[in-house]
Amino acid sequence: MTLLNPSVSIKNLDLSFGAVKVLQNLNLDIGDGEFLVLLGSSGCGKSTLLNVIAGLLEPTDGQVWIKGRNVTWAEPSERGIGMVFQSYALYPQMTVEGNLTFGLRNAKVPKAEIAKRVARAAEILQIEPLLKRKPGALSGGQRQRVAIGRALVRDVEVFLFDEPLSNLDAKLRADLRVELKRLHNNLKNTMIYVTHDQVEAMTLADRIAIMKGGKIMQLGTPAEIYGKPQNLYVADFIGSPSMTFFDGTVEGDVIRIPDHDLPLGTYEFSQRPATGRPAIIGIRPEHVMTGDNLRSAPYTAEVTADLVEPMGSDTLVHCAFGGQTMRVRMDGQAQVKPGDRLMIGIDPGAASLFDKETEARL
Amino acid sequence: MTISDTRPDAGDRAAARRPSRLFRNLPSKIAMLPLIFTAVVVFLGGTIWTVVYSFTKSGLLPRLSWAGLDQYERLWSSRKWIVSIENLAIYGFFSLIGTLVIGFTLAALLDRKIRGEAVFRSIFLYPFALSFIVTGLVWQWILNPELGLQNVVREMGWTGFSFDPLNNPDIVMFGLLIAGLWQGTGLIMCIMLAGLRGIDEDIWKAARVDGIGTVKTYIRVIIPMMRPVFVTSLVLIGAGIVKLYDLVVAQTSGGPGISSEVPAKYVMTAMFGGQNLGQGFAASTMMLVMVVIILIPWAYLEFGGKKHG
Amino acid sequence: MADVGILATTKAAEQPVAALLDGPRGPKPVRRFSRSNIIIYGTLFVVALYYALPLYVMIVTSLKGMPEIRVGNIFAPPLEVTFQPWVKAWQEACTGINCDGLSRGFWNSFQILIPSVILSVAIASVNGYALSMWKFRGSEVFFTLLMIGAFIPYQVMLYPIVIMLREAGLYGSLTGLVLVHVAFGMPINTLLFRNYFASIPEELFKAARVDGAGFWAIFFRIMLPMSLPIFVVALIIQVTGIWNDFLFGVTFTSSPERYPMTVQLNNIVNSVQGVKEYNVNMAATLLTGLVPLVIYFASGKLFVRGIAAGAVKG
Repeated sequence: MTLLNPSVSIKNLDLSFGAVKVLQNLNLDIGDGEFLVLLGSSGCGKSTLLNVIAGLLEPTDGQVWIKGRNVTWAEPSERGIGMVFQSYALYPQMTVEGNLTFGLRNAKVPKAEIAKRVARAAEILQIEPLLKRKPGALSGGQRQRVAIGRALVRDVEVFLFDEPLSNLDAKLRADLRVELKRLHNNLKNTMIYVTHDQVEAMTLADRIAIMKGGKIMQLGTPAEIYGKPQNLYVADFIGSPSMTFFDGTVEGDVIRIPDHDLPLGTYEFSQRPATGRPAIIGIRPEHVMTGDNLRSAPYTAEVTADLVEPMGSDTLVHCAFGGQTMRVRMDGQAQVKPGDRLMIGIDPGAASLFDKETEARL
Repeated sequence: MTISDTRPDAGDRAAARRPSRLFRNLPSKIAMLPLIFTAVVVFLGGTIWTVVYSFTKSGLLPRLSWAGLDQYERLWSSRKWIVSIENLAIYGFFSLIGTLVIGFTLAALLDRKIRGEAVFRSIFLYPFALSFIVTGLVWQWILNPELGLQNVVREMGWTGFSFDPLNNPDIVMFGLLIAGLWQGTGLIMCIMLAGLRGIDEDIWKAARVDGIGTVKTYIRVIIPMMRPVFVTSLVLIGAGIVKLYDLVVAQTSGGPGISSEVPAKYVMTAMFGGQNLGQGFAASTMMLVMVVIILIPWAYLEFGGKKHG
Repeated sequence: MADVGILATTKAAEQPVAALLDGPRGPKPVRRFSRSNIIIYGTLFVVALYYALPLYVMIVTSLKGMPEIRVGNIFAPPLEVTFQPWVKAWQEACTGINCDGLSRGFWNSFQILIPSVILSVAIASVNGYALSMWKFRGSEVFFTLLMIGAFIPYQVMLYPIVIMLREAGLYGSLTGLVLVHVAFGMPINTLLFRNYFASIPEELFKAARVDGAGFWAIFFRIMLPMSLPIFVVALIIQVTGIWNDFLFGVTFTSSPERYPMTVQLNNIVNSVQGVKEYNVNMAATLLTGLVPLVIYFASGKLFVRGIAAGAVKG
């Protein structure tokens, strides 16, 4: 995908530490005002990529462009970026105000201008009462606000976030997530956000780039990533609990998995495989139909509940199906006990089909 | 995706010129100059210089006229050097065992959540803050045969009591050992205590649930877990033993006769007292060899295993 | 065990419940004089005596007159306290031909100490900072070399250093001795600072770079203000180490007038001339040990932390 006027461009980027290739021939264009999330498990290279964009790590090869300027060799402070870190990284011996202004003072920004920018950032983030305090006297959420403020006062086009919410507890994380989304809606800056939390990624992103082994596995909107994962890795990574995968073979209009032939009439193929080709079908727990929805299901079967996990809002039922333990997400009100027989319905149109050999979406 | 084959230097609006490799991170390199000079010129250069000159005929002044292994032959046929080496072996053996045993025992006792831990620790450690000269002189006074410890015990009624290590060539090294242990065990105790405190509390809980006694837990569970701490202690004690010099100078001056001479003192006498530089260089090279013999197994244990792991 | 006194004070309504709890109940009674406690405290006490004894002997001997020492018990407290030995040790004790006491050595040591400590802590802190945050190709090699150097017996390097200093015209001078102290104090202190700075979150350093701060700005404005404790630890190590030095003092000072305190002390006490004045000797010994002792007892936990931090990795 090529954007006409990208805010940040990564071109043919390589980075190796000795023999270890952390980033491999990476290309990525991030649009103006876009919220892009780099998502992946630890060690996938997402933080490394962010550090290269920030200028804190030097690439082995390739270029970084920000706002039409090749900044590959520029100092971090010259790139027009602001950065927010996981551990907040506030200077412990400076007040909140000192933290906010340190960069501006280094850049010899006039005093009046500094005061104006601090006032604006403090207002946006509602940290005015904290300005004279030191970071040690702040709560985790307040510290992270100050850290965001430090990026804000720099008055830059591009914000970089390195897992900014990972050190907060679950409730605070949810609150700040909403605030960040609101901040982006108001400021319309380009934001690049690294996380391993798929809920953060799905809720915040305009587009998500899922990374693995220094490569981008899929780049797309949250809906595309969730609904049409391009490969087995992304399909398995996104969704909690994850898809249940069945090995089978495509035979004309059905996929044959152990004990069942699932009709593929409603499935939108991007490439139709030859008959007899081994394939994998992945079905999300929430796409298995039960109760009233069963009537619209192209395929139904009877299964025995094996293990039941009530989670409040919904209930997860494990049952044997097609040689696997399939996960089925049911309503939280559903009364199911282990050993109960229940009818389930499957719509392959909502499922994902992958070639067994290439692991790419069919 | 766009594939552009422009190299970084082709970017027409590059924000910064790439500095040459030598000048990158320049402030850091400049700041490290004293370290680089010390490590390369003083430590490495000085050591090589001494080793090289130990194969020369240097006497009053260093000169590069080769003598092969002559200096070493003279060294090993010198009675004083042999005595020095024997003394160091005796002192080293007992110092190593004594320091480890006493250090660990004291640390284990202090680790038993006792009252007044800080007071005991201060008392055990303060000698470490003192100069070896001070230590040597105090113990020289306490071990004084006419007025010191021996005299006190005799006055208490045991008139036949005899403990005069500093004037008895056979046991003079033990007189030094008493002072050496007094000064050095506190440090090892501190390191051991830090090691003990670093051990997971759950280990103790598990041992208690399993009904294993305290002493047995220390010997069978805790000590094996503290292997790295013991290795560190061993290296520290070993390096300290080879450097043994000040204490001897202050407490016995090498006497009686030459019965408490040590290698470091031999070197100093040869270099600065006897104007016998070649002997000094050869003897100090032998000291270096001793350290290498101590360090190689340690380096192997510490770093050798990890590389393959 | 159900205690009658406690039962009587509990409310009537709870009594039936409490009465049901037969057998052991509540905290187990503690035996203060258990066998293991007697062994632990007994051992610690005896060992503490061995460690405390020399300090005690130094003090009491230095406060006695010579006649009392000749007839008395080395461990007995002074019958008649006199400060004469202290005055004599400080002002009149002789080394060779000089008879102006240890005060000379004290001031010599002081003059050596101040620049050596300042310079070595300054250099080591910058080294540690550069090594942990601004690594460059080869920086680890130099550091490893420095650490190996810490284990080489000093005697191996002494003579080449004599030559280097002589070539630089510094042999026998105060500057020369200061440089020697700086060089040999470098490994332990650099290690100390390196480990400390390495423990500071890397993100703080990254944040400062995004804020446009360079090598020295980050050092002085971010790192220094947050590393006061480690500076105190380094100061303690260096002050005691340099004050207690004997080897470099004796090797690199040219004349007895310039000897540091330890060298002068050894010369006073171990001089073969004249009558041995044990009280003066002990006063002199105590005077020399006073500076590190004061630092030790004043710094308390920091001293322990210093040697633990330095030694465990060293």
